[in-house]
Amino acid sequence: MPVIVKSFTNAGEAAAALSSEREARYLGGGTLVMRALNEGDISISTIVRATDAAMTRIDATGSRVTIGASVTFARILAERDLAFLHAPARSIGGPAVRNMGTVGGNLFAPIPYGDFTVALLALDATVAIQGSFGGRDMPLDEFLQARERQGGALVLSVSFPRIAGESFRYRKVARIQPKGGSVITLAAHLPVSSGRIAGARVALGSMAPVPTRARAVERALEGRALDAATIAAAAAAATEGTSPGDNALASAWYRREIVGVHLRRLLSGQE
Amino acid sequence: MSKIPLQFRHNGREVAIFVDGGTNLLVALRELIGDMTPKFGCGQGGCGACSVLIDGALHLSCLTLAETVAGRSVETLDGIKQGPQLHPLQRAFMENFAAQCGYCTPGMLMAAKALLDRNPQPSRAEVVEAISGNICRCTGYEPIINAVLAAASGGRASA
Amino acid sequence: MLELRKDIFADERDDNLKEIGKGTQRQDMLGHVTGTSTYFDDHKLQGMLHMKVLRSQHAHARLRRIDTAEAERSQGVRRIIRGADVPRNLNTLLSLINFGKDDEPSLAVDKVRYKGEPIVAIVADSPREAHEAMAKVRVDYEPLPAVFDVEDALKPGAPVVNEVYPKNTFIYHDVYDHQKLRFGDADRALAGADHVLEQRYQMSPIEHAPTETNGSIAAPDTNGRYVVYTSTQALFFSLDTSAKILDVPSNTFHFVGGTVGGGFGGKVDTLTEPLCILGAMLTGRPVRYVLGREEEMQFGSPRGAERIYLKDGVMRDGRIIARKVRAYFDSGAYTRLSSYAVVKCVAHLPGPYTIPNVHGDVYCVFTNRTPATAMRGFGVTAMDFAIECQMDKLAHLVGMDPMEFRILNAYRDGDMKAHRREAKNCALIECVQVAAEKSKWTLREEFRRMSSRKDGGGGRAAIPATPGETRPRPTAPAQQRTAYDRSLAAPLNEPPREPPPPPPSPPQPAAPSHGATRFSSVFGTRRR
Repeated sequence: MPVIVKSFTNAGEAAAALSSEREARYLGGGTLVMRALNEGDISISTIVRATDAAMTRIDATGSRVTIGASVTFARILAERDLAFLHAPARSIGGPAVRNMGTVGGNLFAPIPYGDFTVALLALDATVAIQGSFGGRDMPLDEFLQARERQGGALVLSVSFPRIAGESFRYRKVARIQPKGGSVITLAAHLPVSSGRIAGARVALGSMAPVPTRARAVERALEGRALDAATIAAAAAAATEGTSPGDNALASAWYRREIVGVHLRRLLSGQE
Repeated sequence: MSKIPLQFRHNGREVAIFVDGGTNLLVALRELIGDMTPKFGCGQGGCGACSVLIDGALHLSCLTLAETVAGRSVETLDGIKQGPQLHPLQRAFMENFAAQCGYCTPGMLMAAKALLDRNPQPSRAEVVEAISGNICRCTGYEPIINAVLAAASGGRASA
Repeated sequence: MLELRKDIFADERDDNLKEIGKGTQRQDMLGHVTGTSTYFDDHKLQGMLHMKVLRSQHAHARLRRIDTAEAERSQGVRRIIRGADVPRNLNTLLSLINFGKDDEPSLAVDKVRYKGEPIVAIVADSPREAHEAMAKVRVDYEPLPAVFDVEDALKPGAPVVNEVYPKNTFIYHDVYDHQKLRFGDADRALAGADHVLEQRYQMSPIEHAPTETNGSIAAPDTNGRYVVYTSTQALFFSLDTSAKILDVPSNTFHFVGGTVGGGFGGKVDTLTEPLCILGAMLTGRPVRYVLGREEEMQFGSPRGAERIYLKDGVMRDGRIIARKVRAYFDSGAYTRLSSYAVVKCVAHLPGPYTIPNVHGDVYCVFTNRTPATAMRGFGVTAMDFAIECQMDKLAHLVGMDPMEFRILNAYRDGDMKAHRREAKNCALIECVQVAAEKSKWTLREEFRRMSSRKDGGGGRAAIPATPGETRPRPTAPAQQRTAYDRSLAAPLNEPPREPPPPPPSPPQPAAPSHGATRFSSVFGTRRR
């Protein structure tokens, strides 16, 4: 049976269609859903799309930054106010993938993809979703822990507090440069107050089935100056709470071996 | 009836076809329009062999739902010649030996054209970035990069 | 950039050449840059059907039952093909040159031997409908213990991968479970060596990952024949293989190919053509069978894994006096071309070095991994990796510069190679010298002055006594020299460095008469 495509100009209608059908999948940029169709995934019988202009909006003027779910990585790269997000956006795919892939879709991207989500997790982002019972905001962390069950809800946007760009750090470890799947992705938001880190958030990709906070690392950084001893303590805690898997890019063992090394480089500002 | 009518500009020409739901743009171009220049390499967004320009921006046709190009402009390698004249990129690819098996070449040329259309004098690093989504398994990246740079400088700087 | 070093061996070469050394445009380049080069998949045929193949989920399992009843009734399905529908459902690629036993089905019948092995082929109106039908095929597997390691596969009690070869090794000349090379007495020489170094090397399988995946389109022609557009790298090989499997004369087919979207050896196995043609025969319609990328990675044959043990004896002055090699080629579940890779490997031992005592045992081993095939120098590449790693370690052991160590041990014109052929037109010394020069690596004067044309032959041309050799061969068989062969320098008067003991008077083998069968060093078969 051919796939049924349902297009809506209104996000609410799209959300209703999505939640009413178990086999429906939401199509954002196409890099996940079209790929599944190309590989013969017959579980997808209905595709839902929304062309709602609200979902393509970027609002970076207030105290919170809001990015519509349909915003592509190419759009992020064209946005001067979001310069601190250019590194994660540029680390995704080649130019064609960045012209297609969206911020909303990236929340669903499995390992070794989903790098932008790692950055959002370090930024304390929340996800605005529209389900069959109305809309709500959800912490990204919580959203990711139950990602398998989020397919029936439509992601409208993500938002996070405006930050000072220099307090944000990002590093993607890949075997192929400048483009390649993630071996590990690391992002950190390290606001400094009176010489000490206050409110550290560190996120890791490919170190668990979904991007996760490195809470032990955050504890090692919190309230301390970012000096050699702090960095060493943070690096030593890098594997705590992680559960990496094996894939063609790296083994779980290798990921555990190198995550501390790359965290050290991230924190000490090395290339 | 399950067929979906679809109209768009294909290399400057209006085309109208009927597609099945879920058909990707690569299949629509190759099987319904007969433009065999975009190639299937992976269906996953990993190789770039199917690259086309949609409204001037580089896209992967295998990951593009065909009906999303309704009313838009799709450009493939078949459209980049100017009459009987080769495009400068095509000439530069020939002169710099920038193709071996030729299978990645249509995608490479479209990625290069997307770059030169908005940045006529790119640096080497910008060329590398522009073709970073396109895989050449015969490993001819150096001649390809040289060819794009040569085309950018009007064919003078062939390395 | 390319640099031709015409100063080297300048006196041997006629440089009045029209093509060599000059850039020439490819004849297919205009087609490539305009996108008009026609690959197999660039043919749009009226009423074309699509084939998809159900593949094994298990590395090793008995097939208790395959139920296609529900799939037959699925929308858009034109035909379901099972092993019983394949006219000759057992083949080995090199059977075309009488090498090896038929060991591989086109569609598995009783057992699957690797993950991804084809079980059922489905021909439907669209790829989507073929996939939907595939989900309705019920396969009852009985998982069996699997073996993935070449040495585990040779242990007593290991699971039998392929019943055609119950010892999990390819059988050469109907007798031998491996290929041997014996030249001199390696064990005795190792006992007298100043240093002995034994090391293990291994290499994983490598997927060619051509940008164009394997595939073909087959269509009935108007004259009872079938036209086949294919990605094959080996057009007539694939044509003959298809003819054998489908049990028809080869002139039944008109194969069209030659424009290949990357092959590197991964498109010689005729993975898609036989089933694709069979689909066209059974439906009377054009059929397209193209691997997806995941299929290409899982089912497309890779360069095989290898495990290699090297044991070398070296003297303090840097001469290697013995090399013992034990190697295992992982053929995967079926032979394909690995049997030949082993023969190539043994012919290459001990690398491009004059070593008077060489001992080689190389096995072609069956495991429950994807069958391996050709890939750019297969049989030689991994062994060279091992040998060159070993050369660096040996140089370090005797405190020599690794480049000079290679020059010292390199073949020179007139030397005897371990497989008893004279080394001719050698150039390794010159290559190392140029590599050193280009990398600004300092060589001592005496090594800069060494030449492939000097100091070879003489004692280095001797064939040493070889234990266990039933038919001693004191001299190498006469080799035909051609106009292109470099002439040998005058014989040297220096004593041989490893004087061979006087050979026992050999029983004269009967002179071959005209037209007799000959022994092929390549395929190990007797052929006319």
